[in-house]
Amino acid sequence: MSDVEMDSLPIEIEYNEDQQLEDLGAEFLGFDLQGETYCVDILSVKEIRGWTEPTLLPNAPSYVKGIINIRGDIVPIIDIRERYGMDHSAYTKSTVIMILSVMEGNRQRVMGLVVDAVNDVLNIKAEEIKDPPKSGHKISDENIEGLYNANNKVYVILSVSSLLDLTDIESHYRKQFSLESVE
Amino acid sequence: MSIDLSQFHQVFFEESFDGLEVMEQNLLGLDPKQYDPEVVNTIFRAAHSIKGGSATFHFSSVAEFTHILETLLDQMRNGQREVSAHLVDLLLQSVDCLRQMLTRLQDNQPVDRREYAELEAKLENEIGGEQTASAKVAEANVDENIDENIEEQQDMAWFIEFIPERQILQTGNEPLRMFRELALLGEVLVVANTDELPNVAEMDETLCYSSWRIAVLADVEESAIREVFEWVSDECELVVKRESEAKVRARLASHDSTASQPTLDGQAATSSEEEVADESAEPIEDSTPTQDLTLPNQKDVQGTATSNKAAPVATSGSSIRVSIDKVDSLINLVGELVITQSMLGQMGEDFNIKKLERLREGLIQLEQNTRELQESVMQIRMLPISFIFNRFPRMIRDLSSRLSKKVELEIIGETTELDKTVMEQIGDPLVHLVRNSLDHGIEAPEVRRANGKPEQGKVSLNAFHQGGNIVIEIIDDGAGINTEKVQAKAIERGLISETAELADEDIHQLIFEPGFSTAEQISDVSGRGVGMDVVKKNIQSLGGTVEVRSEQGEGSTFTIRLPLTLAILDGQLIRVGSQIYVVPLTSIVESIQIKSNEVVSLAGNFDVYKLREDHVPILRLYETFSVKADFTDYSETVLVVVEVGGKKIGFMVDELLAQQQVVIKSLETNFIAVEGISGATILGDGKVALILDITGMLKRLNYQKSSKKGLAA
Repeated sequence: MSDVEMDSLPIEIEYNEDQQLEDLGAEFLGFDLQGETYCVDILSVKEIRGWTEPTLLPNAPSYVKGIINIRGDIVPIIDIRERYGMDHSAYTKSTVIMILSVMEGNRQRVMGLVVDAVNDVLNIKAEEIKDPPKSGHKISDENIEGLYNANNKVYVILSVSSLLDLTDIESHYRKQFSLESVE
Repeated sequence: MSIDLSQFHQVFFEESFDGLEVMEQNLLGLDPKQYDPEVVNTIFRAAHSIKGGSATFHFSSVAEFTHILETLLDQMRNGQREVSAHLVDLLLQSVDCLRQMLTRLQDNQPVDRREYAELEAKLENEIGGEQTASAKVAEANVDENIDENIEEQQDMAWFIEFIPERQILQTGNEPLRMFRELALLGEVLVVANTDELPNVAEMDETLCYSSWRIAVLADVEESAIREVFEWVSDECELVVKRESEAKVRARLASHDSTASQPTLDGQAATSSEEEVADESAEPIEDSTPTQDLTLPNQKDVQGTATSNKAAPVATSGSSIRVSIDKVDSLINLVGELVITQSMLGQMGEDFNIKKLERLREGLIQLEQNTRELQESVMQIRMLPISFIFNRFPRMIRDLSSRLSKKVELEIIGETTELDKTVMEQIGDPLVHLVRNSLDHGIEAPEVRRANGKPEQGKVSLNAFHQGGNIVIEIIDDGAGINTEKVQAKAIERGLISETAELADEDIHQLIFEPGFSTAEQISDVSGRGVGMDVVKKNIQSLGGTVEVRSEQGEGSTFTIRLPLTLAILDGQLIRVGSQIYVVPLTSIVESIQIKSNEVVSLAGNFDVYKLREDHVPILRLYETFSVKADFTDYSETVLVVVEVGGKKIGFMVDELLAQQQVVIKSLETNFIAVEGISGATILGDGKVALILDITGMLKRLNYQKSSKKGLAA
């Protein structure tokens, strides 16, 4: 009997994943950026680690802090505070890097985001997500999936795929070289 | 048999493609004037293996096609048929045809036999009236069937007489298994004939002395029965007859033909299904104890490759064939590594400072083992370049006849090894270059004669190792590059200005420019617009370079330089401030302490270093990469002079660190490509270091030059 239960368990979880927004809600990881609270889908968070001095990437935008070695993988580190024009204090050992992953096609891409601190794990149901107000925020609208109120705080739900988007970094490099190559 | 055969498909395809290659090469070597039976035998064996394999996997189109081919080859082998150029052409076409079929099957696409009907008809035509014995029998059977069908509609059965050749067991074919398979079709009666069975003392246990008469009491298709014997059809006498059940039973009971009353242990067995299998097993077991015992002998029996040998489980990705020597050496090295490890482990248990020297020795040994192991593992990825070179004889043969040119191909250094990944990607550029040599390089015979050259042109492929590179040269003794024509074309295409005065060498480089093709007419051989620029790009993407040397009227030489492997690099670590970079060791010419008085400042804050005869432009790495350096004046810094494509640059660095092998990791896995950086690596302390891409750095230098000039102006 117990075998049967064991077998049926993963299926049930899968079902929940599909239905998560309607039924049980999904889990999100909350974090702080300069006094504001944000969160991302917890399933995309691979790990959370302390600050290690990264290897600089030449000519990268200033918010690209460099690359680090995570168990043999070369992972770029981006400071989203800097990316979205927020202030931040110097990096210390307690500075937090969230390692996020996103699927691109059938390939997983991994990137580290520097944040002030990680706080709660939140369980958010779909109907609790409110539409974000248009503009007026440091982070551009397409990065925001919605807002969520809890513990007297407003959490901004960020889209992982747009957080890890490299388009503006690519264009930064392209601009640099086209500028330099102008005769 | 409920084995999932699809797991062996990949192996079958690989073996078949190998077989086709063997056939092709040997066909090209087949000289009608000097008939060498061994060559024909080799071709025959390859075809036979493909046939056997394809039948096993139910690729009937391939099997049937190869069967026809095999019949023809068999006639050649038996000397019934003269080897002619026409025949060789036909056979080469068949090889192409088979390759196409197999490629389709591999891609899970259906094979339409009608497409190949024409070639099949040609082959059949060639074979003419002489059909093989088995085909005749089959035909005869069909006739008989029709007659008997009219006589009596019911109770039809099959009578089979199966007289295997004695060596049949050595190829891994087990009659018992076939009978079991027959039993799946319906009730089976088997009578074994053991007349030939010698005394136990004289018996060679690897031979099969029995023959069988079998009745299948079921009205099934003849093909179903023949399929059972498909693997062994060439190693036995097989008679398959469709008769009424009564007749079949009578035949089995009596002993017409060669079969006489069975004796001793091999008794007449008439029973159904399982019992048949068990009982008939006895005589077989007598003559062949187990299959394991027959296995060693398989090696001796060359050519009968239909054996169902245990194939490694195929993976869906690409696979690699490795010679057993390489694997053995790997195992040896791992053995040594284990010994070193246990030695160090023991030392660690009661370590004291007196043992320091021994510890150091042990670590040195460990390092040695690791390096050897690494080299050995890399060796596994290395394949001889003949894998690519082998396709050229055929190509040259076809092309030269299409272009009505006479060309001889010379291949040198085909055993030179290079990385499989590099190999896969260098094939197309090489084909392109060889085509070019034939199409544009080698002149028509009459032109050659007029120019006092031998009518037959020559294209040489030469591969060798040089430093950490593999060099491939494509040399032709053709017309060479017509500099005037190239220049005119380049002006027409707007690649250079009309007034530009270029050295011949520079003009030669123009052929690698995008959109450049001098072919007056776009022939189907070359000049499709995918030109030398693509060749150059492909080679560069492999981290290689391509150069051309040409002498008008004398010929051209294309030189391709490629790194031996893409995964590991010999690097020189350099330090700029807190950052460590890796410079590929192969590109470093020398490293020197900068003498300030040898630095010459040019316009626009651009410095060159006077190095003997050369003026080497200096690239301040800290400036280019915008990092903090310890020193920004020349007196304290080191200049690392690197060379790529004949151009030199000097990197200004703070310090030279160790030289070591580094494993290349791509930046693009999680990030984007960065100009001047070919990848990253992880150093001993776990930190990441960037690997400099010299070609990209050269480009950066040019950007800087032009932007500075722009600022100065």
